[in-house]
Amino acid sequence: MSDRFANAWALLPGYLSQHVVLSAAAMALGLLVSLVLVVASVRSERVRWPVLAFASLIQTVPSLALLALFYPFLLAVSGLAEKVFGTGFSALGFLPSLLALALYSMLPVIRNGVAGILNIDGAIIEAARGVGMTEWQRLARVELPLAAPLLMAGVRTAAVWVIGAATLSTPVGQVSLGNYIFSGLQLQDWVSVLFGCVAAATLALVVDQLLGAIETGLARRNRWRVVAGVAALAVGIAAAALPLGRGGAASYVVGGKNFSEQLILAELMGARIAEAGGSVAQRTGLGSAVVFAALASGDVDVYVDYSGTIWANVMRRTDVLPREPMLAEIRAWLEREHGIVMLGSLGFENAYGLAMRRDRAEALGIATVADLAAHAAELSMGGDLEFFSRPEWGALQSAYGLGFASRREFEPTFMYRAVTDGEVDVISAFTSDGRIAADDLLLLGDPAGAFLPYDAIVLVAQKRASDDVLRRALAPLIGAIPLALMQEANYRVDRERDKETPAATARWLESEIAARGD
Amino acid sequence: MTGTADARGQPIVELRSVRRAFGSTVAVRDVDLAVGPSEFLAILGESGSGKTTLLKTINRLQPPDRGDVLIDGRSTSAVVEHELRRRIGYVFQRVGLFPHMTVAENIGVTPRLLGWSEESIRARVDELLALVNLPAEMAARLPTALSGGQRQRVGVARALAARPSIMLMDEPFGALDPVTRDSLGAEYRLLHERMGLVTVMVTHDVIEALLLADRIVVMREGAIVASGTPRELMNERTDAEVRKLMDMPRRQMTRVAAMLDDARRP
Repeated sequence: MSDRFANAWALLPGYLSQHVVLSAAAMALGLLVSLVLVVASVRSERVRWPVLAFASLIQTVPSLALLALFYPFLLAVSGLAEKVFGTGFSALGFLPSLLALALYSMLPVIRNGVAGILNIDGAIIEAARGVGMTEWQRLARVELPLAAPLLMAGVRTAAVWVIGAATLSTPVGQVSLGNYIFSGLQLQDWVSVLFGCVAAATLALVVDQLLGAIETGLARRNRWRVVAGVAALAVGIAAAALPLGRGGAASYVVGGKNFSEQLILAELMGARIAEAGGSVAQRTGLGSAVVFAALASGDVDVYVDYSGTIWANVMRRTDVLPREPMLAEIRAWLEREHGIVMLGSLGFENAYGLAMRRDRAEALGIATVADLAAHAAELSMGGDLEFFSRPEWGALQSAYGLGFASRREFEPTFMYRAVTDGEVDVISAFTSDGRIAADDLLLLGDPAGAFLPYDAIVLVAQKRASDDVLRRALAPLIGAIPLALMQEANYRVDRERDKETPAATARWLESEIAARGD
Repeated sequence: MTGTADARGQPIVELRSVRRAFGSTVAVRDVDLAVGPSEFLAILGESGSGKTTLLKTINRLQPPDRGDVLIDGRSTSAVVEHELRRRIGYVFQRVGLFPHMTVAENIGVTPRLLGWSEESIRARVDELLALVNLPAEMAARLPTALSGGQRQRVGVARALAARPSIMLMDEPFGALDPVTRDSLGAEYRLLHERMGLVTVMVTHDVIEALLLADRIVVMREGAIVASGTPRELMNERTDAEVRKLMDMPRRQMTRVAAMLDDARRP
């Protein structure tokens, strides 16, 4: 408990500074655009309605979806920029988060700004015109100062929203306080989740208080209060931005999806690259499609994927080949289509399989999926968030005629808990998962061969295809991790008691590999 | 009687066939009007008669749809609006002091727009506070800390700040209590004379118009229906409308005079 807290505490400076810089940049951009729209809206009724409608519409889009949508959009823009100007930009991480959060900040600012200006007493506007102010002088000297307290209240609301929503930028590859929450949720490390929540809430509270001081300063025309609030905010942002500038850009970006095995392997690869002399940044917690697109565009240099995932999701193949010919086709296709180099297979498979509690399976006399089919109508099925939309699910249903009484989707962590608690009868398990053995689950046989092979393969981006450091660091991992070793590593991170961090497990795994290699 | 230049010379403000409509409602119907040097003109009329709109065509807060407004013989249609307004003082019933500015800042607003030095603005503010009979320490106060009469004194000072030669006043004292209203009116008349201003004041108060103005024009339904000195209008016999308008103050005066006579009798 205390070392988990210490671990979380050690990560705080990095996460917090990224979170602050992202939120501040998004607020600054959002405020700038909002103010332009406020001015346009108060001057023209024809602009006002569409602007307010658009800002309200943005608010109805779930913030996570908004962040997710900016990634493919920016990827397309970057591709276009590359064609036109010869240079693209990273569509991952900071930029999509910045744009989505800036959009998200706009509604309260625009709404309050427009209301603040339109509610000014007509006599004051008439006086401003009567004394000979131009439109801009009226705006700067009368309308904005009088609307400032209400506008600031909107800025306050927006800032709290943005700081909260910035935790959701982790899945698009931006480090934030959300890293605590997403990895904590994955690893069942509730200390980490709580730490992330408390940190984000504290940050929001502090910023809200400072903006509140500015707001009351404006309302009471107390210049000192306004200056103090602005100065405190500026110092905070500068302090947060300082470590970022000092760090410099990492040369190698290691990617990873959002589950334990991926976090361990990303740590392992990162540590090895660092030992070989490269500076490393990790971008883990990414969605499956996001991380592949990031590798293809060069935002990520290396990550581990699975042959079946590439085959079915990326190549959109529906046929099934034996392991070796399939790997050969994948290698050739990745090279041809994206210039991606498949360094090789790590030596284990993390396939999909169906699992049940052993006692329940034995009571029903179930050992294979074929046996399961006869009982499925009375049983409930739990899958992870992508399982039911994967081709294997269709293949399973048609191969065995499976029809369950009900089906539910779970975040992987909760899925294992659901099957051990008897909340569901069957789950979609991963074969390398340490919890299969630990929870005494039975992996059901697949006599019809409906599940694809899922060999863990190391993929390297085109620009790193002949990179010496990378090859030297990662070559010893190829074929070096058998299934039992990976299962044990995963269990160290996933178990309820004596839970280890992915980094510590990666160190253990590296020493195990070295010991076996000798 | 309307549209003729005053005997005192070349008109300072001249309206030629000025028309202003809001949709299908015509507020000002082809009005001709001339205001001479140092003249105090009152525009008298019921609400809805178009008197306020007519006033605002002069500083183009309501630019005329047709016709032209000339100041010192030059058309105002070619002048940049905000520059025109900085040369013309404007006072209106709701005052419109800027609530986020101190009294001094409110008074200094037009000089500041004109780029006066801070020093000369400060001196002008002090001078104006004395002129409108406000204590100097009022300068640092916010408008919310003032009484209604004090606010309108600041309003008058603000309008005078950039030394305009023309003052437009839209029922300036209409919201004040009768005592304040009377004294402010009288004080303003003195300022008007001392500074040689041209003042055009809109009012619906006949007595105020009679006591303050050199000349009164009466408006009805967007047109000027009568014009003359207070004495001429009081003695008007032909126009029934004007007679009715002037009867009311005459009756009141007679009754008040009778009371005074009674009081003097032993």
